[in-house]
Amino acid sequence: MYPLESDSPLGPLLPEHISELVVGLILFALIWFIMAKKVVPTFERTYQQRDDAIRGGIERAERAQSEAETALAQYNAQLAQAEQEASQIRDQARASSAQAQAEARRRAEAEADRILAGARTQLEADRTHAMTELRGQIGGLATDLAGKILGEVLTEDERARRTVDRFIADLETTSPKA
Amino acid sequence: MGPGGFSLVPLESGPPQFGVSAFESRPLFPSRAWLDSGGQETVWTDIWLTNHIAQAVIAAGLVIGFWLFVSRRSQVVPGKRQFVGEYLYELVRNGVARSIIGLEYRRYLPYLLALFSFILINNLFGQFFLFMFPTFSKIGFAWGLAAASWILYNGVGIKRYGLIKYLSKMTLPQGVPKPLLILVAPLEFISNFLVRPLTLGLRLFANLFAGHLVIMVFVVGGSWLLWSTKSSSPDYSPIWNVAGGLSILMSFAVFAIELLVGCLQAYIFTVLTAQYVSSSLSEEH
Repeated sequence: MYPLESDSPLGPLLPEHISELVVGLILFALIWFIMAKKVVPTFERTYQQRDDAIRGGIERAERAQSEAETALAQYNAQLAQAEQEASQIRDQARASSAQAQAEARRRAEAEADRILAGARTQLEADRTHAMTELRGQIGGLATDLAGKILGEVLTEDERARRTVDRFIADLETTSPKA
Repeated sequence: MGPGGFSLVPLESGPPQFGVSAFESRPLFPSRAWLDSGGQETVWTDIWLTNHIAQAVIAAGLVIGFWLFVSRRSQVVPGKRQFVGEYLYELVRNGVARSIIGLEYRRYLPYLLALFSFILINNLFGQFFLFMFPTFSKIGFAWGLAAASWILYNGVGIKRYGLIKYLSKMTLPQGVPKPLLILVAPLEFISNFLVRPLTLGLRLFANLFAGHLVIMVFVVGGSWLLWSTKSSSPDYSPIWNVAGGLSILMSFAVFAIELLVGCLQAYIFTVLTAQYVSSSLSEEH
């Protein structure tokens, strides 16, 4: 019997043997069973694991990023604080240095004043001393000079002037330094 | 037909069996001496142990072996073997099951996967050595799968909605004026319960049957033209040999088309089954 010239009115649309249908269904059921029990669960489990791995990775990355951000904020805050402190210290230093400068200047001025005052006192004392001494000597010298003047004839202006000059020169050599 | 003649219709030539008779199942154990039946009447081995049954069994073995092989020691980072498996798996999982059935696709995925791979490998048997015969051009196998899909999508619907509600859902579409239902309801019934499985089985069978028949015509007819025409015979003409050569060449193109058709039919059968399941599950039809 050829399938194209079957006795049945349906011709090739009927199975040649019922065994095709039965065996086909049994084989298909077997494949279905193995797919459902073994293959599909394995694939789905792998996909699940992969999904978890990717999701876990993303979560870890997110956590790391948030940690990094916290650290950065903390660091920035510390930096700002340090800068503030530094500027404070700088201001303080500037203030204290100005103070120290003023103090030094004040002290120096006071020292200078003191030295000046000392010098003045010394000078005054010296002058007084010189005056006293000079006064004593001038008396003698004057007498001396008078004697000399009287001892010579004062006829000429020239001579008189020379006498005076000599006197003064004597005065200069004999008088003590101021 | 004499020895010098030739025939385009191998049926006429009788045995040895070529051409259309290739669609006939041959017993694996034709001698039957060990069954002591005398070789006259049909015995169970002629029906249950045929070449086509054997090739279906081998196909099932290959399908199961392939899937177990590619899913063995499955890892998060796939190797080459697993990658191939996942590629095919996702073709059915994402391309068919999830995009058509939606959220509940996971339950029907094993069925669709089994369907697709079993049909595909049997169709490829039509183009590859050892068998050179698409199993589903034996209509019994096609009816079997069509019946399985019919039972599946109706069973799923009945389980979800109950028999009465499911039947009314499938036969009484919403938004149709009441008087029209007299016309529409029988049509819907025929369409959803009779035409669906019939077309499912027929489409698969007819595509592969016709495809294999065309291949047979080109290959067997071509070789007949080349070899059965002796130049010594009185009615010889060289045009027969030319036509035979062209016919053999043409058969390559037909093989390529059949390869495409085989893959396409496996895909279509799977998609339609998913579609029917989806329509059974959907709230409104």
